[in-house]
Amino acid sequence: MGLYDKFSRLAAERTHFQDSGASPFGTRIDAVYSPTEGRIGDKDVILAGTNNYLGLTFDAQAIEAAQQALAAEGTGTTGSRMANGSYGGHTALEAELAAFLDRPSVMVFSTGYVANLGIIGSLAGPREVVLLDADCHASIYDACALGGAQIIRFQHNDAKDLERRMLRLGAQAKDALIIVEGIYSMLGDTAPLKEIVDIKRRLGGYLLVDEAHSFGVMGPNGRGLSEALGVEADVDIILGTFSKSLAAIGGFAAGRSGMEVLRYASRPYIFTASPSPSVVASVRSALRAIATRPELRECLWSNAHRLYDGLASLGYALGPHVSPVVPVMVGTKEQGLGFWRALIDQGVYVNLVLPPATPAGVTLVRCSVSAAHTPQQIDQIIQAFSVLRPLAELAG
Amino acid sequence: MFTQHTILENVLICLRDMVPLSEQVGPDSDLVNDLGLESVKMMDLLMKLEDEYDLSIPINILMDVRTPRQLANALVAYVEKSHGAV
Repeated sequence: MGLYDKFSRLAAERTHFQDSGASPFGTRIDAVYSPTEGRIGDKDVILAGTNNYLGLTFDAQAIEAAQQALAAEGTGTTGSRMANGSYGGHTALEAELAAFLDRPSVMVFSTGYVANLGIIGSLAGPREVVLLDADCHASIYDACALGGAQIIRFQHNDAKDLERRMLRLGAQAKDALIIVEGIYSMLGDTAPLKEIVDIKRRLGGYLLVDEAHSFGVMGPNGRGLSEALGVEADVDIILGTFSKSLAAIGGFAAGRSGMEVLRYASRPYIFTASPSPSVVASVRSALRAIATRPELRECLWSNAHRLYDGLASLGYALGPHVSPVVPVMVGTKEQGLGFWRALIDQGVYVNLVLPPATPAGVTLVRCSVSAAHTPQQIDQIIQAFSVLRPLAELAG
Repeated sequence: MFTQHTILENVLICLRDMVPLSEQVGPDSDLVNDLGLESVKMMDLLMKLEDEYDLSIPINILMDVRTPRQLANALVAYVEKSHGAV
């Protein structure tokens, strides 16, 4: 048996979806003009599949900060923090995030994925039980697998199901790690965090919230769903990413002071090159923007409501909550591919997401809204969906 | 009273609800290659069985499971621990 034979089903599917036209698995954005405009091939498109929630990728201050760091400290750190040392920017960013989140400890990682591996994979070993929302991101599953934790899933966003499964654990429940997300990346819905906190108060356990899609997006100060629902004190660890509202790449974990020991125990933290100075500088600048420009969040949510309401009025089946992630259900995989390509032809780029990466086996085109979208751009997106409504009806 | 046979039957009943009617589901069907069960569906199947037996069964057991019979065998230890000898 050949080394790649086990991927034959995957290879066949990939070939099937690449036989003609643009492929959702390898989209090339040939030019990026702004946070919301680009070009695919010879087609100018509105970018509505970027997770660029606050539109800060072209923020003048962030770019200037990155350019200054690039000139002053070079293109990369060329090593890990433990072996090669931390730069001033790393520790400053950690201190600024700690102050922003009002947490004693913050650790910065090179990507959000690595942050999950580094924290969950280190904390949840073979003797630990992790109670995981069934729709959690693949990085969380991978992190649990890395540590060898015993993984118990509960039904997506079903606090009663979580409670039932915790009760089954008996005495183990008080030490279990509960993991949920602020905003779920596929359906854009939010965790029932108040109900989950209530269960944690009664049955014990530790609570970790991955705020990858909600940091900078939710809460009066942009600290995420935990802040929006007033339950920050009950959340033991917050995980986040720099690659969405913070418009760069990297990730972080914020927790209680005991978390500091993971700097010496977390292999994904120890054995990874640290974030580049320019990345750290732009993230620090974007964090300041989140802290001082609440109008970005207001604009984002205004756009999210505009798009959600517009698509709902066209009769599309959408996710359950209004959020900056607006998923549209579009029938089978083949119908979804046709719809996605037709949207590009209409000048709109979104994400096509196919099962098994989607909940309940649905195919969806996933729009993500930005504060940088103008109302006119949102209307153009709605207009494209309006033109394609007959195609969606065929898709059932 | 649970037996190895009834546990296997339960696995097959739960499984038949999750695959197209046209699929022939047997104790030794390959869950992935014969029945096309993706990893998420495997985990959903396990959730159903946890509820069926009112048990906590970590998804880690799926690493070594290829067929319904193997899944039933893996469940036996958990059922015994909770409900007595099978």
